[in-house]
Amino acid sequence: MTTHHYRYLRPEILSLLASDEIFTKAEQQPTRYSYAEAILELGEKNPKIVVLDADVSKSIKTNEFADKFPDRSFNFGIAEQNMMAAAAGMATTGLIPYATTYAVFASMRALDMVRNSIHYPKLNVKIAASHGGITPGPDGVTHQGQEDLSIIRAIANSTIIAPADPATTKLAVWAAAEYDGPVYLSFTRDPVPVIFDLNYPFEIGKAVTVRDGNDATIIANRDLVVQALIAAEHLARRGRDVRVIDCHTLKPLDVEAVLTAAGETGAIVTAENNVFYGGLGSAVAEVLVENRPIPMKRIGVRDTFAESGPYLDLLEKYGLSANHIEAAVEEVIGRK
Amino acid sequence: MSSEPMSIEELEKMAVVIRCDIIDMICTAAAGHPGGSLSAADVVTALYFRVMRIDPKNPDWPDRDRFILSKGHACPVWYAALAERGYFDKAHLKTLRQLGSILQGHPDMRKTPGIDMTAGSLGHGLSAGLGMALSGKLQQKDYHVFVVIGDGESQEGSIWEAAMAAPRFKLDNLIAILDYNHLQNDYSVDDIMPIEPVVDKWQAFGWNVIDIDGHNMAQVVRALEDAKSHRGAPTIVVANTVKGKGVSYMENVCEWHGKAPCQEEADQALEELRR
Repeated sequence: MTTHHYRYLRPEILSLLASDEIFTKAEQQPTRYSYAEAILELGEKNPKIVVLDADVSKSIKTNEFADKFPDRSFNFGIAEQNMMAAAAGMATTGLIPYATTYAVFASMRALDMVRNSIHYPKLNVKIAASHGGITPGPDGVTHQGQEDLSIIRAIANSTIIAPADPATTKLAVWAAAEYDGPVYLSFTRDPVPVIFDLNYPFEIGKAVTVRDGNDATIIANRDLVVQALIAAEHLARRGRDVRVIDCHTLKPLDVEAVLTAAGETGAIVTAENNVFYGGLGSAVAEVLVENRPIPMKRIGVRDTFAESGPYLDLLEKYGLSANHIEAAVEEVIGRK
Repeated sequence: MSSEPMSIEELEKMAVVIRCDIIDMICTAAAGHPGGSLSAADVVTALYFRVMRIDPKNPDWPDRDRFILSKGHACPVWYAALAERGYFDKAHLKTLRQLGSILQGHPDMRKTPGIDMTAGSLGHGLSAGLGMALSGKLQQKDYHVFVVIGDGESQEGSIWEAAMAAPRFKLDNLIAILDYNHLQNDYSVDDIMPIEPVVDKWQAFGWNVIDIDGHNMAQVVRALEDAKSHRGAPTIVVANTVKGKGVSYMENVCEWHGKAPCQEEADQALEELRR
């Protein structure tokens, strides 16, 4: 392993990448908890922050915000539609509501409110959506939010952030508060490794190259960034020098980063734990096909529902793991 | 700041002006929803010309009372009231639904001064108003939030999510007004999906309910004033109304939910209203 290839990775992660022990030995946390920690700290600094829940506050741990700031916490019960439109109403008065629930409910149960009452008037509501992709492994399909990123991306005025790890999740939650407008934040139910250090330069809309390389580029988001890093490490052992981009902001897409990677590496694989229609793979493909067509392949949930099971086993079975990413990279390099 | 509140007689006259504006603008636009605009005209007039604490020159005044027309398709009544109250030039009324207009087919808070909340997709407004009312409590402001909902709209499940939540949060600064005109887009509310017993329903959810004739200006004003002073729970004013009120051929006729009068029909309507 040549560490100079990597940027912003914690030393522990660098050594675990080399020994293939990330998921057995690295410090891990579901990013929903990182959101809860971040919003707790944000609540201390900014009195305009309010948290809206829909009876999953103990799952996401926003109950800790409720304990600390009871006046600024509102549990709407199992009524996501009411919560989303109420968040819109609160935002008109200058508060900054974080409406908190699971991805399937945020993006589908309450979608009409999310579109018409939040995004159309561009109100300053933050939608905190846990259980993204098939990260709620054991819960099964009804709780696996594999479409939300595609759905929200189709809505005008939307900003979507799917951070890769606990550290950048906190940065994303804080950055969202500084942005005036709707932000959809996507978190994992299942634990992911703490990858990044405190030097990570988080900025909405700016993708971050976390591994240098010129043979191909993997553009990934949320929980597949670590899979992309594992894939890149394996590829390096076979002499492939692959760039990895943490594309935490799905929208607005960092078009410059995509085109630079296309120009410098000549082949791109996208990796997302989300249906491969309308999400990161589609967004990158749209840019490439109109500007710089190069060999490309999308890793994502194919046109299927998944099932209950352990998270990492699901990634393997549904084609999202590092192994699948590696194969895709070899394929696009072969097509160059 | 706001001008002197109108007397009941002045309000009744203003309601006629607003009804005439509604007919004019929908006729000019050749599209729109006259029936539910006319049924809500007395309530909206009472709110904008007597009951609400507002300042048309300062539509974003943080301490203002808020108004949401959750049945957003009836926005001609809202636009007319805002124009007559001085939020924008009345000339805009002629631009309803036209390209580049500040007056969209359904209310857009980013385009029209005085529109406190975007509306149009039914079943949102009461929740949005609930959010504004929660903010008022949290920020210790004494404003009230008024939300007009429809009877057909009351078939939306989200209405009842909000109905359940407002008493839970003790939002006595939230006042709903049900424009109970008994007709919806297809047929009558009673035939499609009745909402009765509507007074019992809202009472059972924990609301203070005031049941009135929604075209009797004295009753309308008294109900809204009483609602403002009610403490401990939200109020809903069940305003029993007539769809198309004031225009003989529109009254209680379902087809006038979303149809524009032609010039000849409009002339007749204006003549009847001014009589």
